[in-house]
Amino acid sequence: MATEPRDAPPDLGISRRSLLKGTAASGASAFGAFQAGAQEAEAAPTGGPEVEVEITINGKPERFTLDARTTLLDLLRERLDLTGTKVGCNHGQCGACTVLVDGTRINSCLRLAGTLDGAEVTTIEGLGQGGEMHPMQQAFIDNDGFQCGYCTPGQIMSAVGCVTEGHAGSEAEIREYMSGNLCRCGAYKGIVAAVVQARDETEAREAS
Amino acid sequence: MRPFSFRRPGSPEEAVAMVEPMGVAGQGGAFHAGGTTVIDLMKLHVLHPPSLTDLGDVLERGIEETGDGTLRVGAGTTMAEAAEHPAFLRAPVLSEALWKAASAQLRNVATLGGNLLQRTRCPYFRDNVSACNKREPGSGCAAKDGINRLLAVLGTSEECIANYPGDWANALILFDAVLETRSGEGGREIAFDDLHVLPGEDPARETILGDDELITAIRLTVPDWAGRSVYTKVRDRDSYAFALTSAAVALDLDGETVREARLAIGGAATVPWRAREVEDWLQGQTLTEDVAVEAGRRAFEGAQGWGENDFKIPLGRDTVARGLMEAKAMTPETNSGDSQ
Ligand SMILES: Cc1cc2nc3c(=O)[nH]c(=O)nc-3n(C[C@H](O)[C@H](O)[C@H](O)COP(=O)(O)OP(=O)(O)OC[C@H]3O[C@@H](n4cnc5c(N)ncnc54)[C@H](O)[C@@H]3O)c2cc1C
Ligand code: SF4
Ligand code: FES
Ligand code: FES
Repeated sequence: MATEPRDAPPDLGISRRSLLKGTAASGASAFGAFQAGAQEAEAAPTGGPEVEVEITINGKPERFTLDARTTLLDLLRERLDLTGTKVGCNHGQCGACTVLVDGTRINSCLRLAGTLDGAEVTTIEGLGQGGEMHPMQQAFIDNDGFQCGYCTPGQIMSAVGCVTEGHAGSEAEIREYMSGNLCRCGAYKGIVAAVVQARDETEAREAS
Repeated sequence: MRPFSFRRPGSPEEAVAMVEPMGVAGQGGAFHAGGTTVIDLMKLHVLHPPSLTDLGDVLERGIEETGDGTLRVGAGTTMAEAAEHPAFLRAPVLSEALWKAASAQLRNVATLGGNLLQRTRCPYFRDNVSACNKREPGSGCAAKDGINRLLAVLGTSEECIANYPGDWANALILFDAVLETRSGEGGREIAFDDLHVLPGEDPARETILGDDELITAIRLTVPDWAGRSVYTKVRDRDSYAFALTSAAVALDLDGETVREARLAIGGAATVPWRAREVEDWLQGQTLTEDVAVEAGRRAFEGAQGWGENDFKIPLGRDTVARGLMEAKAMTPETNSGDSQ
């Protein structure tokens, strides 16, 4: 999997403060209010048009200096080439961008990367272990849980979260708690069956 | 999104000292809690604050029970955490209004403070080009003669007919809730009923919050009998959709006789809408289906449709009647933990 970022920022040991000064001085003049904001932040503990974060993505910790506007989805796809996570609506409405943050499923399109300092992110690329598919991935294959496959990475990440949260009790509960993932192909029947299979396998594994 | 500076204060005091206004007068400070409303609207360029002040290290998370039925809820508690908290499961309307809202992914991130302050889904407000008094004061209202199927029939004005889209506020308003806030001027308490203001002449202003005012906690008092409570939500699809109409109902019954009823209407009004006159009328009535239907009729007295959304008046009446009958049919001892 392509986990090597194309343009990983060298760790220059630049503090946020000096970055701020640099940016405020280097012609953000098109944005008067924004420049004023940056200067004001001199006295404030943090703040600026760029953010510095350390995020562990699929087990690999990395430091990033990012435009504050960068969403987790942008970071994954545009900077890290982790294109398994899909863009659908880009507005929290479809679930195609679902990933796990500290084990919890979220929409990466609405999550600013700047809020993720110290977080652990798991994407579809990082779900399997040592070349083996995750049981949820296998269950989607076994149950025809997709057709075109575009929604599938998001469905699988969401399904993993759904089982962990304990909301995969019945088929009705699975449908309710998987409703944040839309499938234009209408593979819902297979998706529910896949979640049931993976849930049962997880429970069996935990019991043994 | 337009560029902005991202600020990460470590305390409420720091947060109110550094927050900048959202933009249009009266829309509060540019805070970022879960970001599911504010980032959405910034991507649409509907909002473009010069900075965002992040509340990740600022807000309390969790629900404290003080024993006398009073709950103190940190404004940073996520919708998902709150929906499953035992105190909310004991008054199911509080839990149901949360798990029936948005999606599991959104609820894992969205906070209760942000939830109360979510913005309308009016398509003209969101399109960022049409005339819209809420987005651009004085520009007019494209929705009145336009696509207004989702919008309000209660509490509207000639200037704006946008509905308040949230669910949980309609449950919260049943329980005499109080908001604890902090601003540069210090702390204050706001009765939740007073938070949202009718659109009137100035639909850009949605709440009475100041430009640097932070909601830190929500207090509410839940009576024992609120085990008999429901959130009846009617929508275009069975899950993951905003309410067309909804009813938040809590009933104290003596046999079939109403000792006390509490009722709020969602989806169809411009603000969280408690129907106190209907509550008073219900008191002492024997709750038959006819009485429930009459309560629904009364709840929508004075409602005004705008064409496409005319259907919300009869639908809203039926939703109230159904909510009352569903609450009546409950066996409070056995319903907690029911998340289906
Ligand atoms: C696709 C989709 C579907 C949805 N469906 C539903 C639904 O069915 N029902 C429903 O009720 N909601 C629904 N929502 C709305 C969702 O519940 C809200 O977006 C969410 O609750 C907002 O919380 P947040 O923490 O993300 O707020 P943010 O986006 O971080 O903040 C929202 C606003 O509140 C302000 N703010 C936040 N916290 C505070 C505070 N503590 N003090 C002062 N100001 C503050 C911010 O400045 C901002 O203006 C949906 C949203 C999406 C995207
Ligand atoms: S209803 Fe309100 S939000 Fe919608 S276009 Fe009219 S003024 Fe704007
Ligand atoms: S791309 Fe994030 S929810 Fe659609
Ligand atoms: S498989 Fe095609 S969108 Fe779901």
